[in-house]
Amino acid sequence: MRNALIKKKEVMQGSIAVAEAVKSARPGVIAAYPITPQTYIIEHLATLIANGELKSRYVRADSEFSAASIVYGSVAAGERSYTASSSQGLLLMTEVIFNMAGTRLPVVITGVNRSISPPINIQNDHQDTMVLRDSGIIQLYVENIQEAVDTHIQIFKIAEDKEVLLPAMVCMDGFVISHTYEPVTIWKDEAVQEFLPPFSPVYKTDPQNPLTYGSLTDDDKVTEFKYMTNEALVKSKKKIIAVAREFQEIFGNHYGDLLQEYRTEDAEIILVAMGTVISTIKVAVDALRKNGKKVGVIKVRSYRPFPDEELRTALSKCRLAVVVDKSYSCSSGGILGSEIKACLYNQRGPSIINYIAGIGGREIFPETIKDMVVKSEKLAESGKIPDGSVFFDLNKQLLNNQLL
Amino acid sequence: MKLNIGCITEAGLSKKNRTGYWRYFFPIVDKEKCNGCGICELFCPDSCIQIKDKKCVVNGYYCKGCGICARECPRAALTMQPGGEEAE
Repeated sequence: MRNALIKKKEVMQGSIAVAEAVKSARPGVIAAYPITPQTYIIEHLATLIANGELKSRYVRADSEFSAASIVYGSVAAGERSYTASSSQGLLLMTEVIFNMAGTRLPVVITGVNRSISPPINIQNDHQDTMVLRDSGIIQLYVENIQEAVDTHIQIFKIAEDKEVLLPAMVCMDGFVISHTYEPVTIWKDEAVQEFLPPFSPVYKTDPQNPLTYGSLTDDDKVTEFKYMTNEALVKSKKKIIAVAREFQEIFGNHYGDLLQEYRTEDAEIILVAMGTVISTIKVAVDALRKNGKKVGVIKVRSYRPFPDEELRTALSKCRLAVVVDKSYSCSSGGILGSEIKACLYNQRGPSIINYIAGIGGREIFPETIKDMVVKSEKLAESGKIPDGSVFFDLNKQLLNNQLL
Repeated sequence: MKLNIGCITEAGLSKKNRTGYWRYFFPIVDKEKCNGCGICELFCPDSCIQIKDKKCVVNGYYCKGCGICARECPRAALTMQPGGEEAE
């Protein structure tokens, strides 16, 4: 049955596979400005349009701010729209993304995760997309190329749902997903189109029926509008779960509802993280399990909406949670770690240790994870749980050589 | 009142959105001094001054009380004073 839905199954580069998935969702407008490591996605989409394989309008923008503004306008005009960016490009889009969320325009964006400058670095961490966390955008983090492909198909359906209507972002690790090759299944366009009906907007503006987006509002209503956006994001949880399960029924793949748990049933220690590092952690967990350590891992698939209740339940039985963050808020600590601590405060939950690692593409090996678990256990046993977050892979010797 | 999602409304509602209540000061016209030259009309950033019968008339629904008209009037015919009616 499912074989009938397969267009091709081959070893593909992550970016090309994602572009094929976006193509099958047939956006009417694509606008982008190139930045490493997002470039191959938009290049391939431009090629597909130039070859006539995708009937869509491709707009080359003069900056990410323009690219985001163009798709803002095209969604407002009732067209399914797509853009992608990374790092500084996402920062430049930020003002527009807040507007998309506030005026409830379901633009789909691929955030190909890259470190933020300075120092200039094109490798992966999560700082760029995490900066957008307060905007109202939906963010799903993916672990491998197939998940990136399938999540792109799902996310249009989630974003465009009438009870959601929010911009949505697939966050995929730069290079680790975008530039590597894996065996990937690409679904037939007809199968995707049956799963994903055409976009039918609630509001649609055109010269004959003009609408105002982002009108002035006084303090008597602003709180209510902000509350409505907040509620839409909270409610999108249900839609994310429903769409993931519907996708599983039709295509067979499932990557978790909001979270995905791995070997957590009897786990005393649970590692929590997002993105491709999850695969590394799973390898480390398997090895630790062989040595008799009861370890598990939780993948946070949906970071926004934040799975607070789900995390409280999933972490309720372990004694120690180790959160691995690839981003941080200066002077406050790891972002995922801080939020997990906040959602477990006043609960009878585990002790939490938060490590910041993998910044600017610094490799996190299975050995790094094992080291984290061993060190965390020692800290917990000696009652010395650190209050704040800890930069795990910090080269202290290098810091001792700093000038000034 | 109804709250549309995303605060999306029909276009061209500036006139319905009366902003006169923002102000503290309002320009009072001394009709003796005013000769209807129209400099105030040109300078008003909210287009709420009109010259009618060669005299300056300020629209109280929209005037936010910035005071530019009073500053620019070459005959000092406008004086900023607290209040002013929210009326045309």
